[in-house]
Amino acid sequence: MNFARLRAIFWKEFIQMRRDKHTLRLLLFVPIMQLLMFGFAIRQEVRNLPTVVFDLSRSQESRDLVQKFEATDNFQIRGNVSSYTEALNSINNGSARAAIVIPADYAQSLKRGRPVEIQVLVDATDPTGSQAAIGSAQLVGLSISSQLVRAKAGTLRSPAPLEVRVRPLYNPALTSALFIVPGIIGMILSNILVLMTAMAVVREREVGTLEQLIVTPLKSSEIMLGKILPYALVGLVQITAVMIVGHLLFHVPIRGSILLIYVMAILFIVANLGLGLFISTLAKSQVQAMQTSFLFMLPNVLLSGFMFPREAMPDVARWIGLALPLTYFLQVMRAIFLKGVGLAELWPQALALVGFAVLYFTFSTLRFHKQLE
Amino acid sequence: MSDGVVQVRNLVKTFGPVKAVQDISFDIRRGELFGILGPNGSGKTTTIRMLCGLIKPTSGSASVAGFDVTTQPDHVKSSIGYMSQAFGLYGDLTAEENLRFYGGLYGIDQQLDERIAWARERMRLDEIFKRIVDPMSGGQKQRLALGCAMLHQPPVLFLDEPTAGVDPGARRLFWQIIRGLAADGTTIIVTTHYMDEAEHFDRLAFLSRGHLTAIGTPAEVRATFGENLTLEDIFVQLQEQNA
Repeated sequence: MNFARLRAIFWKEFIQMRRDKHTLRLLLFVPIMQLLMFGFAIRQEVRNLPTVVFDLSRSQESRDLVQKFEATDNFQIRGNVSSYTEALNSINNGSARAAIVIPADYAQSLKRGRPVEIQVLVDATDPTGSQAAIGSAQLVGLSISSQLVRAKAGTLRSPAPLEVRVRPLYNPALTSALFIVPGIIGMILSNILVLMTAMAVVREREVGTLEQLIVTPLKSSEIMLGKILPYALVGLVQITAVMIVGHLLFHVPIRGSILLIYVMAILFIVANLGLGLFISTLAKSQVQAMQTSFLFMLPNVLLSGFMFPREAMPDVARWIGLALPLTYFLQVMRAIFLKGVGLAELWPQALALVGFAVLYFTFSTLRFHKQLE
Repeated sequence: MSDGVVQVRNLVKTFGPVKAVQDISFDIRRGELFGILGPNGSGKTTTIRMLCGLIKPTSGSASVAGFDVTTQPDHVKSSIGYMSQAFGLYGDLTAEENLRFYGGLYGIDQQLDERIAWARERMRLDEIFKRIVDPMSGGQKQRLALGCAMLHQPPVLFLDEPTAGVDPGARRLFWQIIRGLAADGTTIIVTTHYMDEAEHFDRLAFLSRGHLTAIGTPAEVRATFGENLTLEDIFVQLQEQNA
């Protein structure tokens, strides 16, 4: 890696970018337009929230209750936890989206007709998914209450014996914008940057400058790095713009570390630029590069969890989602923005992003070499 | 024969079943203006690409400026200038920016301004120096591309179909500049399928379907085939023999 050569390419890319005023404007305004459209327009629904149970009662009654929750299809019981903190943690790290907390005196209270409270914790970062869950949790409570009431006929006026208290975590007002804005960051970075890099490299091949670069002492790793660095910077400007607008207009909180947001964004940007380079080695023309990029955009929007909750998807769609860097990045962004969690919880996603970056770069460098033959 | 700046020995390149270059050998001396002539698909470009260290020969060997193209491609790349038919210029940059960019790629640092001034004067770039490349004429782009390829003072210069799409006046100026570079000691290898340019070369080689069919000075080549023939006649004749 030679710094002077790298600097030459980097500088050249910036001049080209600056000359292309139209594209430059698009790069800045498209993210903000998308933010406004998605932020104001999108509403969704979910089923099968992964749920953990913290059961202090350990009785037939409490097991019946859990079954009732599962029967609503909104909750999918993933197992038991042994403390309140553990229940919160599993929501924090994303392994569960809801937790049911049943008090020790649950069975006894029901038998004696004393009012009793159970608590349902719901990860409300995705408000539409959690709204459905909250609604059905309250229905479960009502149905059990009315059964009990019917059993003790005639006491219709007595207070409902079972109260389900729902505590939405992280996004108490259940606003979609809170869910959408962190997602928009990932969407924009991935869609625009993949396309831009793919086009930039293919354009050089079409015009014939790539051939010229190859006869210079320039290494292919230097060509690739020099070409993607300017776009990485554009990506950082874009997320900054979206964060500012999201914060001012939609009041999206930034509970976690801003530094961590940028670190994760850089990992994600590099992974996507790698993907763009890979596409550029597959495509023979700019049109092909564009079409191939669109091929990645559709699953990005539909299967990553950006618009539709992954919990609601059939298995095949979920597996495809696992192969998209955006899936991991969305989890990371939403967690940092809304839950304020740090690297301690997010390292698996960070690792996945690093893996994608390495994978794409290896593939594209290999293919790049081969093409010169 | 062994003092050649470019030495080609039994060079072969096959792409799958296609034999692009078949067992060619020749030497090019320092300061020589050497033409490789042949129709499209004759193996000219494949030969040049091997000599530039871009693709590896299937068998045989070649050295350029003392470096082996198979084992030392990076040294070869630093020692050559290369100008393609497409010119390899960035259309949205100015002439000066293109020169600075290629200067940077070849690692020219302190002498960059001096070298750019050289290219500006030698390639007659004065009036286009600060202009964007895209709207320039073919001849202007050609001279700028030549300037970019010569910035790092390479001992060997490759020109691949340099005059395609350039008007006659600009072509004459171009050959004048090329002659000057050769007189300074630069070894220049040119591929072309314009037969009327053949008389510019000190020596030339005819390639046809991957074979070297004739080599020598223009006069020698004519002598081999009969005094009354023009090089163009010979070229057509060789083509027909091979067809």
